[in-house]
Amino acid sequence: MKLSFSPEDEKFREEIAGWLSQNLTGEFEKLKYRGGPGDEHMYPQERQGWEKKLAEGGWTCVGWPEEHGGRGCSIEQQVIFFEEYARAGAPGRVGHIGEGLAGPTIIAFGTEEQKRKYLPGIVAGTELWCQGYSEPSAGSDLANVKTKARFDQAKGKWIINGQKVWTSLAHESDYCFVIARTDPDSVAHKGLGFFLIKMDQPGIDVRPIEQITGTSEFNEVFFDDAECDATDIVGAPGEGWKVAMGLLGFERGVSTLGQQMQFQNELDEVVKVAKSNGAASDPVIRQRIAKAHAELKIMRYNAMRMLSGQSGSDGSLQKEALIYKLFWATWHRSLGELAMDVMGPECEILEGGPYELSRLQSMYLFVRSDTIYGGTNQIQRNIIAERGLGMPKEPKGKAV
Amino acid sequence: MEFAFTEEQEMIRDTAEAFLAEVSTSEAVRSAMATEAGYDAELWQRICGEMYWQAIHIPEEYGGMGLGYVEVVAMMEQMGRYLLCSPFFATVCQGANALLLAGSDEQKTHWLGKLCEGGLTATIASNGGVSSWGPESVTATWRRDGDAYVLDGSYRYVIDGHTAQLIVVAAREVGSEEESGISLFLLPADTPGLSREWLPTMDQTRKQAALSLDGVRLEADALLGDAGSGWAVLSQVQDLAAIALAAEQVGGCQQLLDSAVEYTSERVQFGRTIASFQAVKHKAADMMLLTEVARSAIYYAACVAQEALQGTELAAELPEAASVVKSYCSDAYFAIAGDTLQLHGGVGFTWEYDVHLYFKRAKSSEQLLGNGTQHRERLAAQLLDAEDAA
Repeated sequence: MKLSFSPEDEKFREEIAGWLSQNLTGEFEKLKYRGGPGDEHMYPQERQGWEKKLAEGGWTCVGWPEEHGGRGCSIEQQVIFFEEYARAGAPGRVGHIGEGLAGPTIIAFGTEEQKRKYLPGIVAGTELWCQGYSEPSAGSDLANVKTKARFDQAKGKWIINGQKVWTSLAHESDYCFVIARTDPDSVAHKGLGFFLIKMDQPGIDVRPIEQITGTSEFNEVFFDDAECDATDIVGAPGEGWKVAMGLLGFERGVSTLGQQMQFQNELDEVVKVAKSNGAASDPVIRQRIAKAHAELKIMRYNAMRMLSGQSGSDGSLQKEALIYKLFWATWHRSLGELAMDVMGPECEILEGGPYELSRLQSMYLFVRSDTIYGGTNQIQRNIIAERGLGMPKEPKGKAV
Repeated sequence: MEFAFTEEQEMIRDTAEAFLAEVSTSEAVRSAMATEAGYDAELWQRICGEMYWQAIHIPEEYGGMGLGYVEVVAMMEQMGRYLLCSPFFATVCQGANALLLAGSDEQKTHWLGKLCEGGLTATIASNGGVSSWGPESVTATWRRDGDAYVLDGSYRYVIDGHTAQLIVVAAREVGSEEESGISLFLLPADTPGLSREWLPTMDQTRKQAALSLDGVRLEADALLGDAGSGWAVLSQVQDLAAIALAAEQVGGCQQLLDSAVEYTSERVQFGRTIASFQAVKHKAADMMLLTEVARSAIYYAACVAQEALQGTELAAELPEAASVVKSYCSDAYFAIAGDTLQLHGGVGFTWEYDVHLYFKRAKSSEQLLGNGTQHRERLAAQLLDAEDAA
């Protein structure tokens, strides 16, 4: 067991850090620390430009195999990439859903044609993706998907009808991967298909959802006879659940180290405010800041344990990975509360009207979503108890 | 990533677990804790003779196994799991570490040799009976008398202090304050002027003693490290001990979690196991989160501790690592112990069930070497009180 990276990996660290310091300048300077969860509405065009810049340097999809246009980086190198990216304050990636979710799914389950058609645009940073999973009646209960896909023999196309919700970046995306019911009589996770759908078509309507922050990064997406080519279903009709769940296996948490670096930037700012306004002398605030610091430190090593370990032979998550979402989401939510308590009465005063939030104010409001999306804290606890501790499953309700 | 046990480290852990499951049963713990010495001398001899645990991280040149602190932590985790009653913690994680960090070649050859060969027991006495563990806690004094030193004062909370064969004592030069003037000395148990008294404790599985020094006269070779600069060493030893203690706490967390899940899965009320109630499941999930996060913390701290012993790159991170893990693991263990007691209902409150043994160990190890609040304050000082570099 050791904490240090190899000399080769440290050289890789210098390479990416050097590239970022040389390129995150000029027109991109203003993008520093912008974008990402809670700030996705900022500079969408400029960040798309940055995505292409990254691609020119060969810094997109670093963990993908070389045959698909990636760098074939090891886990260690991917960790280093995400850490240095966040350390440099480089902006939230508009391409992260394509790189982290759509691409790996296509690589694992897609046809040769799908790989040729979709992977290059993700690598080049020119085609953006969004994820069409959640629906108004399928939140935590993802198997309750009601969006329908019917095959139109005459057109030779799939026809999609229904609604998705909480779709991040849908308004900027070129494509959406969607799970929809191919067998209208099926229930739960059977009878679903996994579709790659072009966003720019008459049958799709994207409506932004205004959030607690007054900004919008999530959307509702309405499918009204939207079309999808016969060749754009991943896997067979009825295998959609398997493909969708396969995604979970790809997310081995390398990006979490970058996310933690962003947390560190936020905590550093809280510390700075505490030192400047006198809150640092309040014994209770001191305790809370120290606790936040200690737990963020441990979070890093929990993630390193996840990345060092082998997942179970059935693809099941190890215990330190099972608890991770609940841990970081709850930690982050507490950081938001701490930030406001450190600011004191000043926390209410906005940067400008009508509703211009500072970074900490925006963080404080946005982190309320961390313990909701991607499986609420309550769902996480069910999963931990059932999968991690083997406790009895929740009783199934009758279909309503 | 190599932030995982090597095969050899896994083997050491598994061997330790198998051995402890056999020798540190509930019955064995209860019989040891009922004695004043607090451990079974025969078992200690077995541990030293058959398992060679006392020598695990002692360098080979002194007769040890030459392994590292990751291995110490792996074993402490298992000892915490089975509530082992033994002088291991005081001897290896306190006494031996002081010798390793500050001992001269002769001192190390002599004392570590005795430890590796014959299972010599050792401990540290530093705290004069105050509620904190910083330099202010060292109240006993030393003064020079020619080439010799004369020590006076008293100590409390000395782990195994009434039974240890070698005691490392911390004392300050008469009139000195704060970190200056502190020295460490080696006292064999039969040193004239040293008196020792067992202190009965709420946690009966770890024994504590009060020591007093009344004009104890020591020759120059009893000095450990340099005169007057003992705080730096003592502070490091306390950090190393705190990390080992945190590992023991994680083992306790795991055992309690397992027992809570097992008990609630068997206990039936309202026609179903109480483990099937979501309130119980969610509490157990929170306990698992605390346990796994605490485990990640001790593995990190173990790596830092190893570097501190070797004086390599991350050595300077030792105080931070110790405070991070001691605060997190202390709080996690106590919370889990309280929840486990709760989930056992009425029987959790009985002497017959083992929950109370862990519940008491959780509180005693939380208070030893600094509780969560004290360690967080140490972190806060580092984060908030340093002048910003211009």
